[in-house]
Amino acid sequence: MTTVALTEAPPMRYPRLAQPWIALFLAILAELGIALFVLGVVSVPLIAVWVGIPLLLVVVPTTRWYANCHRTMLAGFLGERIPRPYKQPPMPGMLMRIRTIMTDPQTWRDLIWLLVNAVFGFTLCLLSAVLFLATLFYLVYPLLVGVTPEGVFTEPFGGLFTVNFGTSFLLMPVALLAFLIWQAAGERLLKANAFMARSLLGPTESAKLAMRVQELAESRAETVDTQAAELRRIERDLHDGAQARLAALSMNLGMAEEMVARDPAQAAALLTEARESASTALSELRDLVRGIHPPVLADRGLEGAVKALALTCPFKVDVTFDVPGRPAAPVESAAYFAVAECLANAVKYSAATNAWIQITHEDEKLHMIVGDDGVGGASIKPGGGLYGIERRLAAFDGTLTVVSPNAGPTTVIMELPCESSSLKTTPSSGTA
Amino acid sequence: MRVLIAEDHALLRDGLIRLLEAHDFEVVEAVDNGPRLVPALVEHRPDVAVVDVRLPPTFTDEGLRAAIDARGQVPGLPILVLSQYVEQLYARELLTGGGGGVGYLLKDRVSNVAEFLDAVRRVAGGGTAMDPDVIGQLLARNTKDSPVSRLTPRESEVLGLMAEGRSNAAIAAALFVTEKAVSKHTNNIFAKLDLPPSEDDNRRVMAVLTYLSSR
Repeated sequence: MTTVALTEAPPMRYPRLAQPWIALFLAILAELGIALFVLGVVSVPLIAVWVGIPLLLVVVPTTRWYANCHRTMLAGFLGERIPRPYKQPPMPGMLMRIRTIMTDPQTWRDLIWLLVNAVFGFTLCLLSAVLFLATLFYLVYPLLVGVTPEGVFTEPFGGLFTVNFGTSFLLMPVALLAFLIWQAAGERLLKANAFMARSLLGPTESAKLAMRVQELAESRAETVDTQAAELRRIERDLHDGAQARLAALSMNLGMAEEMVARDPAQAAALLTEARESASTALSELRDLVRGIHPPVLADRGLEGAVKALALTCPFKVDVTFDVPGRPAAPVESAAYFAVAECLANAVKYSAATNAWIQITHEDEKLHMIVGDDGVGGASIKPGGGLYGIERRLAAFDGTLTVVSPNAGPTTVIMELPCESSSLKTTPSSGTA
Repeated sequence: MRVLIAEDHALLRDGLIRLLEAHDFEVVEAVDNGPRLVPALVEHRPDVAVVDVRLPPTFTDEGLRAAIDARGQVPGLPILVLSQYVEQLYARELLTGGGGGVGYLLKDRVSNVAEFLDAVRRVAGGGTAMDPDVIGQLLARNTKDSPVSRLTPRESEVLGLMAEGRSNAAIAAALFVTEKAVSKHTNNIFAKLDLPPSEDDNRRVMAVLTYLSSR
């Protein structure tokens, strides 16, 4: 089964009984982190005597790996992933790498986190773990008093008083108390630790913005490229197609005009040729217009256009459409072409006998599902049709998911942000 | 024959008027926008109306809607819709109103004057004129288990021409065969498609289209 999701699924939450053990593990790790902190802090001044450079190149990646492990583990408490906000060196090369490491604020935030984690993270995790372990300990306390030699487990709380096997049962309520506190606070302590870690390990506001800007710059560059390629294609089609045919047409007409008195039969033949040439030019223009913006989309909006699309399919296509009003023109067009491409894929490769299209509007998003009962095996490959749709939708922050096991069926799920405010209830007027 | 024209493009409107008047049609009115169309149709009750799909003010499917609207008010009002592109959706909408006297053609078809005039006369006479592109799409849409796939190539050809709205005589002329041969093919087609044969040209087109598009 090929599943490609652009939005990652939220991480699994840890079961309650696993938490104390994870907390214990985290507490131990927190103290081990001190070593990385020390090495990191030491390596910086050592750059002056060159030893710091190889040290830095070992310590920083190790620290990042260590922090990444925590990002993954803590996600189970947060319910969401912590992004990895490290800067990539813009160019290869040792100096560039060191420069990027040194100027990346996250390098320093990682170091601060190591320290904070060793103190507060350790405390929080240990406390959470100890509360649970105390419950276990005081539950079996009388047993321990019974089976161990005299004097080992007889002086609880650091020797405040002495108990024997009989009175050791009096300490059982402590187990209950510890359990109640753990029940109420155990997970919260761990969550507090996770929140603290997130504030240092997650991206800062400016890093978040930088990441978003990067993302937008990429999708914009792609959109611009696609647009330019599209314009080139249109120019070429017009130049080699309709324009050439119209030129031939006017030439034929000129010849016919000149010949009409001398050789009417020849003139008539030229006129017939001219008419055929005009028809071909028209049909080429028609195809071109359909490729730019299908007229039926302008006339009837997404619903009509998708229904018209379904009618031209060689197999049966069920269309469910539930969108109030009309989305903004660019969104509508993107949605239409995405659905059209999916359907074209189904016609070309799936050998399906039935397909269905479902378009709904929910949570400020246009949800489009195109499914068929064909052979499956569809995937997103660079340069492929689905990849093209994915890029097209990405320009609008939309997503595409394909579920297509090898024996079929194929389902393509697309989402396109589309605020209710941009839904028009009156049909927009097209151009002549 | 009295004809009404609705076309917003002046050159095309004049061309249509000239073409039709040269062939003994009387152009009762030529409108250039949507809102004027329905009243004009109802007022003049032309023998046939030639209507462009896209008209001002919305430049969408104004003409088509007006045609359907007018046929709602005057049942059977013969209307031939011309368009820069053909869309099965529109063909269906025109046909689902029931009754004959409808046509839906690409504007390019006007250039073949004889065929265009034949289509206008057919629609005026209560027949049907469907664009070969629409019929082509419908016929192409035949899956393996469809009865259409049982037809011989020649029978498919005949079915295509029949679905466009042509009479047996016209089909015979188009395919350079005798009318008798065409009616033999026609009977075979009806038998293979389980359609009861009928003398009515329009009903057979409706039957074929309904059959093809309901799959």
